[in-house]
Amino acid sequence: MLGIGWALRRFVRSSEDFFLSGRSIPAWIAGLAFISANLGAQEVIGMAASGAKYGIMTSHFYWVGAMPAMVFVGLFMMPFYYGSRARSVPEYLKLRFDEKTRGLNAITFAIMTVFSSGISMYALAKLLELVLGWNFHASIVVTGVIVLAYIFLGGLRSAIYNEVLQFFLIVLGFLPLVLLGLKDIGGWKGLTSKLTVVATNAGFEPGAWTHSWQYTGAPTHNPMGIEWFGLIMGLGFAMSFGYWCTDFLVVQRAMAAGSMTAARRTPLIAAWPKMFMPLLVILPGMLAIGLHATRGGFLPIGSDGHPNYNLAMPMLLAHYLPTGLLGLGLTALMASFMSGMAGNVTAFNTVWTYDIYQTYIRPGQTDRHYLRIGHAATVFGILASVVAAYAATRFNNINDILQLVFSFVNGPLFATFLLGMFWKRSTGHGAFCGLLTGTITAALHYGLTMPQGASPGIHGGFLGATLHIYPSEMALNFWTAIFAWTGCFITTIVVSLLTTRTKTDEELRGLVYSLTPRIDEGHMPWYKRPVTLGIAVLVASAILNVIFW
Amino acid sequence: MTQLDLRIPIGGMFTTFGIVLIVYGLVSDKAIYARSLGINVNLWWGLVLLVFGLVMLWLAYRASRPKNPV
Repeated sequence: MLGIGWALRRFVRSSEDFFLSGRSIPAWIAGLAFISANLGAQEVIGMAASGAKYGIMTSHFYWVGAMPAMVFVGLFMMPFYYGSRARSVPEYLKLRFDEKTRGLNAITFAIMTVFSSGISMYALAKLLELVLGWNFHASIVVTGVIVLAYIFLGGLRSAIYNEVLQFFLIVLGFLPLVLLGLKDIGGWKGLTSKLTVVATNAGFEPGAWTHSWQYTGAPTHNPMGIEWFGLIMGLGFAMSFGYWCTDFLVVQRAMAAGSMTAARRTPLIAAWPKMFMPLLVILPGMLAIGLHATRGGFLPIGSDGHPNYNLAMPMLLAHYLPTGLLGLGLTALMASFMSGMAGNVTAFNTVWTYDIYQTYIRPGQTDRHYLRIGHAATVFGILASVVAAYAATRFNNINDILQLVFSFVNGPLFATFLLGMFWKRSTGHGAFCGLLTGTITAALHYGLTMPQGASPGIHGGFLGATLHIYPSEMALNFWTAIFAWTGCFITTIVVSLLTTRTKTDEELRGLVYSLTPRIDEGHMPWYKRPVTLGIAVLVASAILNVIFW
Repeated sequence: MTQLDLRIPIGGMFTTFGIVLIVYGLVSDKAIYARSLGINVNLWWGLVLLVFGLVMLWLAYRASRPKNPV
């Protein structure tokens, strides 16, 4: 089964160049690629882990976070990305602000990709350990070597193509698992009663795992340890908008669309399948914790005394799927891990070689020199990922560490973009100081606070004094993002007002809202306009929020 | 038509997966389905994948035909 998967992937890869040579990518492909750039194994494992650890409140990542953010990027930001003809997010920053802002963004982005691929590596090694019984350290080494080979053999040319294929593989590979699990536990009713046990065991109200808003009046009343304000501002605003609006891997997919309207519609189309993703990724986590609490010992207990939530999905796979279908599920996971890791390492290699090395360290060398540096960067990227993978072993939920990295990088970046796109007075110095302050604010906040039950170190509190204890890792992440965003926002405004503008109105045309001509969509029928699509997405996610209130 | 329709490889892949799963479901020992609640999921999900794959191939075939032959 695995073999067939790989053989087919090879066949597909050879036809890839052919496919991309067409200039316009159809809207449904760009839309699916937009979400599958993010629906990797990380999401499958991480969101299931969060579903087990935090219950249905994890759905806020979708219905409060991703949905409004995807509508915003489609309606308001895509005109500038697509219209500016920038090929990447750092390049937009260079056009709008200056070289140093781009450089800073390139560096933080490079660090983020290393973490991201390290987290994938950890999760894959854990899966190999569990399913094939390999040693964890050996699995890490094997994974690293395979990814290295994959990149050197040029396996990444077909990114968009593979992603869409993987989207279907993941959906069709995991759907039977969810159906079997639900049937076994007695449907939604059975699940609710099992989760009541989970909630009361943890000392919460019986419905804490199955209501997404009801217990958000105070942080101590829900498993995520966050009240509605931190949830909306931290997750809904700073983190989700930051991620969906500025993450280069995601935004790039929409930039490949055929026209401005298609580019704006891409995230709006992508929002529909995304909306129902919780069924596939959060529900299994809730099933796993329900089974764990009522049938005993479903999830292995980690060294910190809590269940290892990361294993929710792999354990379900091994529990329900017989030989045959199990192969399909594993193929889907492995393929998505590999390409996710390879994607991140390649992005790291590109950013390092072109945006950092060629620009700042050694400009004007031969192509061969840069190619050699690129290869060295790939090896370095993988070694750094191994380090990040060991850091990930310290978290019982990979989604916690992933969102932590996002809160450092995307939180402040979103403030920079907001001001850059909508306030023409913001300057290069302002943006640079803002980004720097935002990241430092995040580090200070992280260093001075801790989640409950942690000891100072990688979980925060490393600056000596602990000023505040949050009830959960996720709550700490949300507040880190809020602080980082605010730090960047205020500093950018203050420094911009103190410095003079270096770019003329003419140079900023197409980059700033007030200097860009409005797009006339009057000739389109109303139901095809991006605004209509956007409103429909928001209404549908509001309904979902009410259903699971 | 110079572009390869993405629906062809998707359809081809899932049709193949579907057939393999159906065959495996028919010949495999029934004892392995104890874990999947006694349901022969290989057979049933194989059928789902086969239908999905064929629909994709059919859509691609329909799109490849010239719209106005005249």
